[in-house]
Amino acid sequence: MNLKRKDLLGIEELTVEEINLILDTALPMKDIVQRDIKKVPTLRGRSVVNLFYEPSTRTRTSFELAGKFMSADTVNIATSSSSVAKGETLKDTAKTIEVMGADVVVLRHGMPGAARILAETISSHIINAGDGAHEHPTQALLDLFTIREEKGRIAGLTVTLVGDIVHSRVVRSNILALTKLGASVRLVGPPTLMPYGIEDMGVEVYYSLEEALKDSDVVMALRIQKERQQRGLFPSLREYSRLYGLTEEKLSWAKEDCLLMHPGPINRGVELSSPLADGISSLINRQVTNGVAVRMAILFLLIGGGKSDITA
Amino acid sequence: MTLLLKGGRIIDPANNLDKIGDILIDQGKIAAVGDTVEPTENMQILDVKGMIVTPGLIDMHVHLREPGQEYKETIESGVKAAIAGGFTAVCPMPNTLPVMGTHSIVSYVKNKGHALGLAKVFPIAAITKESQGKELAEMADLLDAGAVAFSDDGMPVMNPAIMRRAFEYAKPLAVPLISHSEDKHLAEDGVMHEGLMSTKLGLKGIPAAAEEVAVARDLLLAETTGGRLHLAHISTARSVEMVREAKKRGINVTAEATPHHFTLTDAAVVDYNTNTKVNPPLRIAKDREAVIEGLRDGTIDAIATDHAPHAIEDKDVEYDSAPFGLIGLETALPLVVSKLIDSGKLSWAQAIAALSTNPARILNLAGGTLSVSSAADITVINPELVQMVDSSKFASKAKNTPFEGWTLKGWAEYTMVDGIVVYRRQKEEE
Repeated sequence: MNLKRKDLLGIEELTVEEINLILDTALPMKDIVQRDIKKVPTLRGRSVVNLFYEPSTRTRTSFELAGKFMSADTVNIATSSSSVAKGETLKDTAKTIEVMGADVVVLRHGMPGAARILAETISSHIINAGDGAHEHPTQALLDLFTIREEKGRIAGLTVTLVGDIVHSRVVRSNILALTKLGASVRLVGPPTLMPYGIEDMGVEVYYSLEEALKDSDVVMALRIQKERQQRGLFPSLREYSRLYGLTEEKLSWAKEDCLLMHPGPINRGVELSSPLADGISSLINRQVTNGVAVRMAILFLLIGGGKSDITA
Repeated sequence: MTLLLKGGRIIDPANNLDKIGDILIDQGKIAAVGDTVEPTENMQILDVKGMIVTPGLIDMHVHLREPGQEYKETIESGVKAAIAGGFTAVCPMPNTLPVMGTHSIVSYVKNKGHALGLAKVFPIAAITKESQGKELAEMADLLDAGAVAFSDDGMPVMNPAIMRRAFEYAKPLAVPLISHSEDKHLAEDGVMHEGLMSTKLGLKGIPAAAEEVAVARDLLLAETTGGRLHLAHISTARSVEMVREAKKRGINVTAEATPHHFTLTDAAVVDYNTNTKVNPPLRIAKDREAVIEGLRDGTIDAIATDHAPHAIEDKDVEYDSAPFGLIGLETALPLVVSKLIDSGKLSWAQAIAALSTNPARILNLAGGTLSVSSAADITVINPELVQMVDSSKFASKAKNTPFEGWTLKGWAEYTMVDGIVVYRRQKEEE
């Protein structure tokens, strides 16, 4: 079984069946990642180009390893080392990569809709690895995978996202993914970090951390970027942390078995206290492993032959 | 040689005229209007039965890009687009390079337009030097050069003290200040209307308040100075409401709206088509409806396109990177017919008033009427012609229309300037 689509641009376009197919396919992929010899021939002769217009270590490395573990040839292009720096347009760069024989282009770009432009321009499969504040579907899928692994289910859970909602592509993809799979989603943060009309996306908006955390099964803390303060969106990191920074004490407002997550990297002492950051480090590491597995599943479902034995 | 337009439905809101009849044109001027004229030997006859004959349409808000950005549009390609769209006059905004804020550039644009003998070109000059919002431009001299109004358009005067002085200084000149009302501080680096759609798409929003705060400011300044204000392209329900209320209070204000704001909403942005990126941005349904209601009840006086040509390479980029603006000269009339007249929102007389009579009145132009002895600037509209919008056939250099592929009804058949047929619609090839 394959994904019957050329591209993975966002969670918005995925059906529940497709999301479950990706999550189910990621299970055997995780076994491969955990083996001593992490190599299967599934994607031998296929090529994956990571085209990254924004700095990223985790996502890029995760895609690179996902490709390599399945024997695809992977290439990384970062803006500083390509003709993008000379002013070439996204479309022209993409066309060049296409004719070089890229089967898949993984795009990270600072502007919303960039992955869509690529998908409409070239015949290679496009995977959106983050387009501005729009979507970051593979991050949401790996979050779902991790939640399902820890909690055994998604439906019926109350998941609370804390912090910088307005600038976060992870939030948008997670809202779409979680609500599609039947979870209740709460958002909490200062009103200045809440995008206009977000409650119409089927979520509950809170400004009080205590109220938002009550009865939460999963809490996802979002990274606070320091430049947001310079734009006047909140008075200081100190005040932010006082209101919305998670500590062990504040986390006790949530359910006892609440799962704390963070997409990383963490600003210690801002969105998470140091003890909490230490406490979830093993989970964050598991999320990273799961990220590779989920991306292997997506690559396989987009360009795998369908007949190949992935456990070979 | 005289020209006889025979058997059309003549609609001239300036004279409260709506009847089937003839128009006789002699030496570039209207010699007779309304009654049946018996043809004589030396008359050229144009059969316009089934057509609507109106005073030439006037687009009081366009960008012709010359001088400075001729790769986007030139005065020539711009006025050719105008006549193809049924417009006999256009008013280019001053955001040329350099800014149209000196005598020489205003007269360059005016003279170049005049020399072409197509649509008439009435320049709008800058309010402040270089449109920098700091010092007033030499308004009296700019009027002598041929300017018909003042505006800093897309670089609105942010400092209210300067705007106040501009209103005061322009009073004896008896021309309006045209305000693109936008508080740039509130708009920040937004690229579309702030709402659920911008949130979903992850695009930075421009709040409705960025326009409304500036409309309120401009109305208050016009009121306290007694100056004359024309609001460009108002786009929100609250703006329309404020203008309605201001007019009731007797403030000297007029307003325009664009075809894209009465036709589209922010839903059109959904696939990141950069031809939907425009400032003010496409709003939501309630705003669109308020703009239509404003046109219906006369709160909004004029329909203007804000024709903003850009080259393919300017627009064929990420949404954030694309410049604001879309072209409108060649789709305005069929949008008015299809979206306002056909749906019963406006009568023909109301529509023609907004497209011709009122722009002429606001800018003190000679046109906008079919009165005897006025210049024979006339638009003949085929109200039943249904055609698809095909930008490859546009006379404009630019193709940045969000209406590509739309099927619209009611297109210009003939455009006449000073009694000369400067545009005649070619029959569609079968």
